[in-house]
Parts: sequence; structure tokens; C-alpha cells
Amino acid sequence: MADPVLEIAGLSKRYGALTATDDLSLTLRPGEIHALIGPNGAGKSTLIGQIAGAIRPDAGTIRIMGHDVTPRSIAARARLGLGRSFQISALASDLSVLAHVRIAAQAREGGAFRFWAPVRWDADLREAAMTALARVGLADRADATVGALSHGERRQLEVACALALHPRLLLLDEPMAGLGLEGTEAMTRFLADLKHEMPILLVEHDMDAVFELADRVSVLLYGRIIASGTVEEIRADAAVREAYLGEAH
Amino acid sequence: MDRRERAVNLGLIALVAAAPLVAWALGEVYYINLASRVAIVAMAAVGLNLALGFGGMVSFGHAAFFGLGGFVAGVAAFHDFEETLFAGLLPGTNQMLVIWPVAMVICGVVAAAIGAISLRTQGVYFIMITLAFAQMIFYFAVSFPAYGGEYGLSIYVRNELPLVDTSDPMQFFAISFLGLVAAIWISARIMASRFGAALTMARLNETRLATSGIEPFPVRLTAFVLSAMITGLAGALFADLNNFVGPSMLSWQRSGEIMVIVILGGVGRLYGPVAGAILFILLETFIGAETEHWQLFLGLILLGIVLFARGGVLGALAGGARHG
Repeated sequence: MADPVLEIAGLSKRYGALTATDDLSLTLRPGEIHALIGPNGAGKSTLIGQIAGAIRPDAGTIRIMGHDVTPRSIAARARLGLGRSFQISALASDLSVLAHVRIAAQAREGGAFRFWAPVRWDADLREAAMTALARVGLADRADATVGALSHGERRQLEVACALALHPRLLLLDEPMAGLGLEGTEAMTRFLADLKHEMPILLVEHDMDAVFELADRVSVLLYGRIIASGTVEEIRADAAVREAYLGEAH
Repeated sequence: MDRRERAVNLGLIALVAAAPLVAWALGEVYYINLASRVAIVAMAAVGLNLALGFGGMVSFGHAAFFGLGGFVAGVAAFHDFEETLFAGLLPGTNQMLVIWPVAMVICGVVAAAIGAISLRTQGVYFIMITLAFAQMIFYFAVSFPAYGGEYGLSIYVRNELPLVDTSDPMQFFAISFLGLVAAIWISARIMASRFGAALTMARLNETRLATSGIEPFPVRLTAFVLSAMITGLAGALFADLNNFVGPSMLSWQRSGEIMVIVILGGVGRLYGPVAGAILFILLETFIGAETEHWQLFLGLILLGIVLFARGGVLGALAGGARHG
């Protein structure tokens, strides 16, 4: 089997008496969607924070593309190929859609330290940004300000920003949240296509989407992975049914 | 930037350019110098605006750079006049073309050191730590008798620029005015560039910038350094305008004045500092002539702007919020 693009080993994070991440190990391999599910308070957000670089773990290592990134910054991880979307959109409502995607394209296309040439006239940057926007179906909204976007369009923009980085793997935090039935179906089809280009670690509450998309599912509870396997295995797992699926379904 | 804001900007800059011409025609040298003062103080605020307005870094220590620039001009002129060596090594000079780059480099280096420490904090802590650094430099200047200590240093003969008679008020105004225009132009180019886009995102959403693979810290630090260099150059001109540099140029009140000018004019608006400087200097000069409590009126106007017109004078005249 191919080397994992993301490899988490022995990760731990405590907040006082609360163990948010408890000796957790996890891998993401090329070509797969690995879904992470778990009830509220299971430690999903803390785990995502540690993978992205916003939260420092107390112990354990995180490897991206074989590099130990545990001490590295958010931006360094992004440059290594980690693209991510946020549960609550991290966007600037005054700026245009294009400006957001352009920023993501900058890091790859020569960096931010160019002081003189107007960014508007940068054809390479514009093309890279428009390509990413076209992929998520947002090209015709390029000049709109983010404040004018619908909730669904913001989720699309999040994904476009991640794609503009040309990431090697994606970390998507509830990309379906608030999308509605049609939006969820469109996003599901989109991610099913996308996984052939880049593996996806998908944190999602929508069980139908998870069971349709995931090649592997891991169930998080009290900071620990209590079960990991194919969709069928997880559906059949008694512990999972008790801890989680019983409530959700 | 829309058409209305362009028109307002052009009007402001034309006002600054026209005022000394009128004064010159009427033979009022005092008002020519007042216009130079507006241009120079506006330039200092253009510098601060790059950090405060565009970068969201509320520096309460920019007088440090204004004063350092002033002291470079004063100390260079002092050693040139006395024919002594600075620190026993370097001769003085009365050439602005030497003084300006030296002032900018020194301010840039000091800003890099201050910024490298201060930018690890945010919000109120950043305000306080920049203030603390500026106060350290202020007290150093006060306690250093070689350059006048608390009494300051006179520049007996204004520093020189080739082909120009700097002692002529009109020609000195032209230098100050071109300096202001250059500072605005450079700010505009920077903010329209990739770096400006990154700085804007560092202000609006740091997480988005980092997630895009760009470290926010070096972007902020670079903007802070550029900001200090512009304010420092304004300081060098200010010392030559007054033929004097003293610790007052380094004081926290001065930091506050530059900040007030940025806020009066409109935070993060390219020409905001021009509007702010015009308003500030006019109040200081004309209401200040009637009563020494002129700052009461300044305070009321500032209160009005903060409460009712967040965009400052520029926001009120040109309307609309800025977009990236």
C-alpha cells in the first residue's frame, strides 16, 4: 500500500483534567476519503486544530507527506500541501471572492513578497484563481464581495481557496453543514471526483454523505478512536452503534 | 477606489499645493511654512497609516521614528557645523540626499527590532509595548547631553539639496509636498501589490492568510518597518522645517497626534492622512491662537468622528467603505 500522506501517531492533548486527544493514531492514504465521525465533544475540533497547526499537541507526531510537521506553523503545513476548509467559514466579508482565492494562489505562484506590480494585472495569479473557482462552480461570482455570498457559496469558496493551493491532501471540516439537500448532493458528487486527485480527511455530521463517500471511517469518542474500518464494518460495530449511531439515527 | 473618492483625493492634494501659492502671492511667509508643516505631518501619518490602517497594527510609538528621523537631520547638521566626528568616527553632513537614506535605514532597523518583539503581542498589549519602546528612546534622548538633552538641538543652517535653495520657504515646501506625494504613491503601489493583498488579509483574517501558506508575522513586520521608514523621513524634514529637533518630537503626545491625524482623516484611506493633517494643523493654528485649550475642540471633533463617522473626513466626503 502507498505511503500515507498524513500520518498521526500517539497524539495527545489535555486541557486540565480533560483529555481532548488521547494517544490517537490515524493515517490518510492516497486516493481515499477517510471520514472522521463522533458525537459533539468527542474531540474532533481539537484534533483538526492539531492537524492544521493551530493547536500544539502535548505528545505525539504529525507527518504530512513524510515530513514531521508537529512543530511547524499553519502556513508551513499549507506549503507542504495541506489544504483545509473550516467548519465556520474563515473569510473576510469586505473582500472579493477573487481576492480570497488569489491569496491562496500567491503562496504557490512566487510568494507574497512582491511590493510593486499590481496584483490585479497578475495574469498567472488570476488564471490560477479562476481555475479553482471554476472547479467549484463559483467563477461567475468572482467579483462579488464575500459578504454578498450565500451560505452555500461560502462553503464552495472555502473549497476553492483550498484547491488554489494545489494541495496534496484536504482536511475538510463539515463541508456539508448548512448546505441543504441539493447542495449536499452536489458537494458529495464533487468530493467523490476529487478524491482521485487528492485524498481527503473528512469530518462530517451528515451520515448519509459519510457512508456514501468514505472508503474508511474512524469513530472518535472521548479523544480516542474506538473503531476504524470500512463503512460496512462501522455500521456493524456494536460499540459504535451504542456510542454514536444510536443517537444519530 | 471609486470616482468620488478620486475627486476628493485630488481636491485635498490640490488644496495643499495651492495654499502656499496663495500665501506666496500675498507675501505671507508664515502660511507657506504652515503648508509645509501640513505636508510633512501628513507624510508622517501616511507612514503610520500603512501599519495602523492597512495592517491593523495600532502603533502608539511612531513618534520614535518621527523623532529618530529628526535627530538624524539634527545630529548630522550639528557635526557638520562643528566640524566634529559622530562617535569619533563619522563626519557630519548637511546634504539631505545623505541624511534621508540614513534616517530611513536607521528607522527601519529600529522598527525591525521593536516590531520583532512587539508583533508577538496583539491588541492593547501591542499598543502598550510600542509606547514603552518609544518612551525608552524619548528618555534616552532627554538624558543624552551631547545633543542638547531635554533642550534639543538647533539646526543653524537648514540642510541642503543640490539645485535647490532649501532656505527659501517656497522651495522647501516643494520638497515637503513632493515627499508627501511620493509617500502616498508608494503606499498605493504597495497596497495594490501581492504584499498589500497579504497585509490586508493579515488584518482581516489571519487564519485565512496562514491557511493559504503565507506566514502573517513577516508580512506584518515588513509593513511595520516600511511604515517607520516613511514616518522617519517625515521626521527628518520636520527638523529642517523648524531648524530644530528636540525630545518633543519623540514624545508620546506626538505619537498620539500622528494617530489622531490618521483617525481624523479616515483609517486605512490612502489620502486620509492629508485630510487629517489639514484639519489638525488648522485647529492647532487658528483655535490654538485664541485659546490654549484648543485640544478641547480637537477632542470633541475626534469624539464625533469615532462615534458617528468611522470613516473619518474621507469617509464623510467620499463615502463607502474601502474594498480590497
